[in-house]
Amino acid sequence: MSVQAVPATSGDSAEGLSVPVRKRLLRLMLLSRALDERGMTLQRQGRIGFYVPVEGQEGAQVGCAAALEPEDWLCPGYRETAVALTRGVPLTLLLSQLYGGRTDLCLGRQMPNHFAFRQYRFVSTSSPIGTQIPHAVGLALAARLKGEKVVAVTFFGDGATSSNDFHSGLNFAGVYKAPVIFFCQNNQWAISLPRSKQTRSETLAQKAEAYGFPGVQVDGNDVGAVYAAVKEARARATAGGGPTLIEAVTYRMGPHTTSDDPRRYRSPEELALWKSRDPVERLKEALEKEHALSEEEFDQLLEGARAEVAAAIQEVEPLPPPDPLTLFDDTLSRRTPQLEEQRAAFLAEAPVSGRKE
Amino acid sequence: MTESTLIQAVNQALREAMRADPDVILLGEDIGVNGGVFRATEGLLKEFGEDRVMDTPLNESGIVGTAVGMALYGLKPVAEIQFLDFIYPAFDQIVSELAKLRYRSGGQFPCHVVLRAPYGGGIKGGLYHSQSTEQLFTSIPGLKVVVPSTPADAKGLLLSSIFDEDPVLFLEPKRIYRSLPGEVPEGDHRVPLGSARIAREGADVSVFAYGAMVPVAQQACQGLDAQGIHPELVDLRSLVPLDEAAVLRSVEKTGRAVIVHEAPRFCGYGAELAAILAEKALYSLKAPVVRVTGYDTPFPYALEHLYLPSVDRISRAIERTVRAA
Repeated sequence: MSVQAVPATSGDSAEGLSVPVRKRLLRLMLLSRALDERGMTLQRQGRIGFYVPVEGQEGAQVGCAAALEPEDWLCPGYRETAVALTRGVPLTLLLSQLYGGRTDLCLGRQMPNHFAFRQYRFVSTSSPIGTQIPHAVGLALAARLKGEKVVAVTFFGDGATSSNDFHSGLNFAGVYKAPVIFFCQNNQWAISLPRSKQTRSETLAQKAEAYGFPGVQVDGNDVGAVYAAVKEARARATAGGGPTLIEAVTYRMGPHTTSDDPRRYRSPEELALWKSRDPVERLKEALEKEHALSEEEFDQLLEGARAEVAAAIQEVEPLPPPDPLTLFDDTLSRRTPQLEEQRAAFLAEAPVSGRKE
Repeated sequence: MTESTLIQAVNQALREAMRADPDVILLGEDIGVNGGVFRATEGLLKEFGEDRVMDTPLNESGIVGTAVGMALYGLKPVAEIQFLDFIYPAFDQIVSELAKLRYRSGGQFPCHVVLRAPYGGGIKGGLYHSQSTEQLFTSIPGLKVVVPSTPADAKGLLLSSIFDEDPVLFLEPKRIYRSLPGEVPEGDHRVPLGSARIAREGADVSVFAYGAMVPVAQQACQGLDAQGIHPELVDLRSLVPLDEAAVLRSVEKTGRAVIVHEAPRFCGYGAELAAILAEKALYSLKAPVVRVTGYDTPFPYALEHLYLPSVDRISRAIERTVRAA
């Protein structure tokens, strides 16, 4: 079994986090998990086309996003649902994207979990691995040029550290000392490839050294430790100290996506080991140990999260798909003469019933 | 009006745009201290400083990816790709990100970046300093592709590109960077994207060209006047969006079409033009459409003069077309 050693902590570090704050983070983690439960099922039932679960990585995502300011820019990958929730993106907006219905801000144009929320500075997500990494550098440089004291944070996994744009982005950020946080969730598996076969490097964090800035490895299932590491990186960046690579060591407890069967490539023992390090359980136990949370209260939080998700599904599911004519919008700021002609032909040929108003 | 070379006109457009708008940022390899390998950015570092004229590490994907991020913020980045031949490491950024951000986000994240890239042969550049691969980009929805052929248009089209709302690939015909100076209007001279230019009026045959092929085709047309053949030369200027109305208008008038480009013929831009003519102007045509293009091979070094469409090849094609029926 090739499980990377995790920086040793037990329970959960409470550095700088009050009980109410940690309870808020726990609620967000549970909300993400409740959405995962339903998301996987909705796909199996044929009600949505695809789903990408976060399960196991909630501590890393919530801890990171909670340590940021609302004006910081986020360049996410496609497994960042808990980041969006922590940012304050309403469940109904997330679910609208999963359904691709009339209220989807992306007009049903992307597969589920490829979110975009301009209002939350949550940049549009694509499927190619690592392409978002240099975008964070550009955003950070632009913000610095405009005198804005913000950072850009880009999210990616262990697999992305092999991508071209991981190198492009980290190298540019190092050269320009850009206020960027490279937040790598090392969840041990890039679909079927284990972390040990992704790179010979001992850690992913150490790759930062070659680019001339700090890299830190943190227990990604310890929400408090992640929070503290991101706070520190953010402070350094906004003080002109340049970028940081954070490797949050965590685990994808579910499949890569609804199209994946992890039993083909990893053992039940490994999964069991990581389930014993479940970030939700760890935060729960830590709070319980401090007598700040009862079993009953936890159950209420979980049931509350499930009810919120169920209510949002009810609200979003009946909405009709986007107007068919939106097919022809937003490729460029204005349609080319050729696209205008294609739209006219579509309009002339489309059966009236095809337009659900 | 002052007489300038095409590369000087590019420089004037960049300077003009940067003076007018502090959001215009340049980035690319060797564009700062060195002023660009072709000197397109000469003097700009001195005037605008290194925050706005950024020498970048040698990584095209990093250049385009960083420019995308700047544009998402609201800046107007103009990135130089040293040669079009070196743009491929950035292909993922261009195809997957730049060209799709507006669409995939439902219009929330428009991404306006200008990519300037010298392209084309005739400079003894061999395989990797000569290619014309515009067709790879004209087939990607979400990108505009612009190619000037005169100094005045280089300035006017570049200024329009910088102040456009969409991503633009701005292809500069490096073969005529310095060889054909022309009058360039002072100040904020703009040429709208998507409008072709009638480089020369004629009645017998329409010749369609762009970039460095325009002056070659022009010479061919002039030579045929003596033989009583009067071609019309249409400089497309903008490949996306294409001024289809101008193309059709010309062929409806002349009934004949010759298409000229440096790029290989198979699935080249000329194939799209020929298809448009077949779909929409067939009954105006008196002769088959003819293409004069590079061959379906990599770009040669020693024999580039035989590979590139020449005055002779274009003249023969025009004659053949006119005499076909």
